Amino acid sequence: MNTENLIRMANDISAFFDSEAGADAPAQIASHITRFWDPRMRTGIIAQAAANEAGFTASALAAVKLLVPPGPRPL
Amino acid sequence: MFAINREDLGTPAANGEAVTLNIDGAEVTVPAGTSIMRAAAAAGGAIPKLCATDTLKAFGSCRVCLVEVEGQRGFPASCTTLVMPGMKVRTQSDKLQQLRKGVVELYVSDHPLDCKSCPADSHCELQSVAADLGVTSSPYAAGATHADAPCDSSNPYFNFDPSLCIACSRCVRACGEVQGTFALTIEGRGFGSKVSASQAQTFMESECVSCGACVESCPTAALSEKSLVTIGQPQTSVTTTCAYCGVGCSFEAEVKDNQVVRMVPSREGKANRGHACVKGRFAYGYATHADRITKPMIRSKITDPWREVSWDEAFTYAASEFRRIQGKYGRQSVGGITSSRCSNEEVFLVTKVIRAALGVNNVDTCARVCHSPTGYGLKHTLGESAGTQAFDSVQEVDVALIIGANPTDGHPVFASRLKRRLREGAKLIVADPRTIDLVRSAHVEADYHLQLRPGTNVALINALAHVVVTEGLVNEAYVAERCEPGPFQRWRDFVADARHSPEATAEITGVPAQLVRGAARLYATGGNGAIYYGLGVTEHSQGSTMVLGIANLAMATGNIGREGVGVNPLRGQNNVQGACDMGSFPHELPGYRHLSDSVTRQLFNDAWGVNIDPEPGLRIPNMFEAALDGTFRGIYVQGEDIAQSDPNTQHVTAALTAMECVIVQDLFLNETAKYAHVFFPGASFLEKDGTFTNAERRISRIRKAVEPLAGLADWEVTIGFARALGYEMPYTHPSQIMDEIARLTPTFTGVSYEKLDRLGSIQWPCNDEAPDGTPTMHIDAFVRGKGRFYVTEYVATQERVNKRFPLILTTGRILSQYNVGAQTRRTLNSQWSQEDRLQIHPHDAQERGVADGDWLGVASRAGETVLRAEVTERVQPGVVYTTFHFPESGANVITTDNSDWATNCPEYKVTAVQITKVQQPSDWQKRFHDFDREQLQLLRAAPDSRAAR
Repeated sequence: MNTENLIRMANDISAFFDSEAGADAPAQIASHITRFWDPRMRTGIIAQAAANEAGFTASALAAVKLLVPPGPRPL
Repeated sequence: MFAINREDLGTPAANGEAVTLNIDGAEVTVPAGTSIMRAAAAAGGAIPKLCATDTLKAFGSCRVCLVEVEGQRGFPASCTTLVMPGMKVRTQSDKLQQLRKGVVELYVSDHPLDCKSCPADSHCELQSVAADLGVTSSPYAAGATHADAPCDSSNPYFNFDPSLCIACSRCVRACGEVQGTFALTIEGRGFGSKVSASQAQTFMESECVSCGACVESCPTAALSEKSLVTIGQPQTSVTTTCAYCGVGCSFEAEVKDNQVVRMVPSREGKANRGHACVKGRFAYGYATHADRITKPMIRSKITDPWREVSWDEAFTYAASEFRRIQGKYGRQSVGGITSSRCSNEEVFLVTKVIRAALGVNNVDTCARVCHSPTGYGLKHTLGESAGTQAFDSVQEVDVALIIGANPTDGHPVFASRLKRRLREGAKLIVADPRTIDLVRSAHVEADYHLQLRPGTNVALINALAHVVVTEGLVNEAYVAERCEPGPFQRWRDFVADARHSPEATAEITGVPAQLVRGAARLYATGGNGAIYYGLGVTEHSQGSTMVLGIANLAMATGNIGREGVGVNPLRGQNNVQGACDMGSFPHELPGYRHLSDSVTRQLFNDAWGVNIDPEPGLRIPNMFEAALDGTFRGIYVQGEDIAQSDPNTQHVTAALTAMECVIVQDLFLNETAKYAHVFFPGASFLEKDGTFTNAERRISRIRKAVEPLAGLADWEVTIGFARALGYEMPYTHPSQIMDEIARLTPTFTGVSYEKLDRLGSIQWPCNDEAPDGTPTMHIDAFVRGKGRFYVTEYVATQERVNKRFPLILTTGRILSQYNVGAQTRRTLNSQWSQEDRLQIHPHDAQERGVADGDWLGVASRAGETVLRAEVTERVQPGVVYTTFHFPESGANVITTDNSDWATNCPEYKVTAVQITKVQQPSDWQKRFHDFDREQLQLLRAAPDSRAAR
């Protein structure tokens, strides 16, 4: 997946939860991503954050670090 | 001419206390306020009439309905005389017969009597009244007549033949009372009286919006559908539901010899109450258009000619391709898209074939690109992903706040009902970047027009909320009783901040502070405040935030949970609500239950005999990304045209081109089908059974009026595809699919075709707690328990104007066309509009030397297209506007990938553009035309594929 788009999406989500959830924003962002993102997108953004933290907002980055890597998918 | 199966009681129903009177010796009890005419008709003794009909207020002009009332002098008109307790009425006497006969003789003296050649023969009310009175000729026939008056056939759907007109004013009154356009009048006096459209213009030139209310109410054939002449009178009638916008009007499809003659709005229809618009009533010709493809087709590559095959071969090929792709790229490499134009049952089956037969959750629906933020926002605040009211609720509205919607064009029948309420005195606030018709039109003027800049909705809703909170307008008792206190207090503190004041936000929104303050006060204190909103709310980068903000405002003012208030999303297509209800989104199962809910998942696992993946699948834009990434290679698209309707067209077509198997199920070779490898011919709504769910959660039947041209209804096609995949779905009728939906979905538990037939329609939730459905939601408590406020910080869109792209483009639709135009472009509606135009303010036009009709290059960061200019003050300076009804316009070549943070609903409403005068189509348009030509040639290689060539 296009990592630039994934980062932008995560940052957009963080812009909402930063004001709505305050200190709880990273957990809320992580929850939102887990509930609505396909596992390959989650895998992509986790890998991107691990490789390069540039481009993320602070809460988006913190949220990505909270994400549980998706398990193997059925073939 | 009314519906062939219709009974007319003469005047509208009343709802007063019971009154008993005596009519022709019999005791009759009716509500106070009822006319003698209606009371007599209800008792089975219809009084002759011509100018009266129960769709319109009594008028008392024809003098045919005279009666005798004991103790009263003269012969009062029964339509305008109301019943009184103890009243004694005679409807038949020699004197009455003589008077009525004399009047009717005058009418027929100026009316042809060659009834057998008339399109209204046997349904003409003058013919009927004359026959009842024994009038076969007139002693006054030698006088002057209008027999030579020219017929106005300018409207594509109906004629106005003045020689048949009896000047009863029913058409004039219908245009005003029912439609609210006031395009018609009676011009002249005495013998010179005649029906006139606008300023003595033809119907086509006039302000007439072709809703057909006048045609339907005409007692003769003066106003008459052309189809009654070309096809003949209908023989049978089937009650069904319109397949256009989310109002979901009920219609009688009148049929002759497997051909639809007319669509007549059903009086029993609870969404439309007997009214219709130009699309629903007249624009059904696409169903038999020569472009219809009626044979399944396949091809290996999109550069190959199409090859017609049997249904079985098409199913087998499609299934083998999907299995091949899954074998090669993994199970998650395929998915599908359901359509809001298809029935609940069809949508349910597509989601089932994808989740159960293909074993993936990569299913999404076109609501992704329209109302997905509604689902998110209302679920989180109120607890249910749906509007709160019935359309009938508008009759109790005191203040209507219309945000980002253009009902007169997008939801015309609702607009007529709203305008009627406004004429009764309700107040109106319009929040829209454009001056839509509701801002000022006949007998309607908005009290406030908040003409905000596109993309600043959230700043505006926060400013409205700021006024409510800081001026003591919160309904404290309501909030204390019904909402979560913590989140409310956080929200209250948030919006009370001075940075959200109308004065501070005026810089952002462009709306003067005093207008915002006035509008907020009016909404909060004006009685029942109802919010109606459209895609101008949802199709933004903060679409979901805005829906949350709307719900916040409604809760804070206590405007949810009773008649006349509420939060009402106006759904763009006929079954947006239903498609979402049926579990089309990749993260949830029917009834908006998340895949992570193991109890629900197990319910479906047991019913479907599978093991549903607990992880969410890809959304539509994610599918495109994954296609370009190489992990998504096959898609099954039912009834959608993503290559035209979705943003950044070039991105979409690149994704489609990257796929190895695109299956399209549609009526026509639409833009997406030009990138397809398998084509399953679809069936129009007239050719199948099923249900649609409209914007008010109303589940209504669609019933087969004619046989499917391709031999199969769409639900049967999906079953065939599933069978080829090795998954049996042994339904023999859509009612069985609905039964399964009801078994698996708590909000649909009580729904069945038997109950729908009995009740006419049902608003969900329909279950043990609400066996007949739920017109108004959240009456005593919110579905989620306590209402939840959310902090809604305004975040400016990343789509900013600059020197290179100094204007903001926003998009919408017009009355005569619908969505991508696949249907309406193939009807005579195109006589009103044959191209998408770019509206530009005179100031911006002058600055660029642009005149009306000039060709303009419209360039954005995503692409460039060329449109013709319409210079108009409907748009504000700095904003341009267009529609997306015509594929060659390429409106979505310009729109970008920006989307709502929560749902990825595209930001169609804000695109920074530059405009320049040009002399030729854009490069994209040239490529589009070349590709289109190639694809049509490849279609011609399958010579019998189309219904009529």
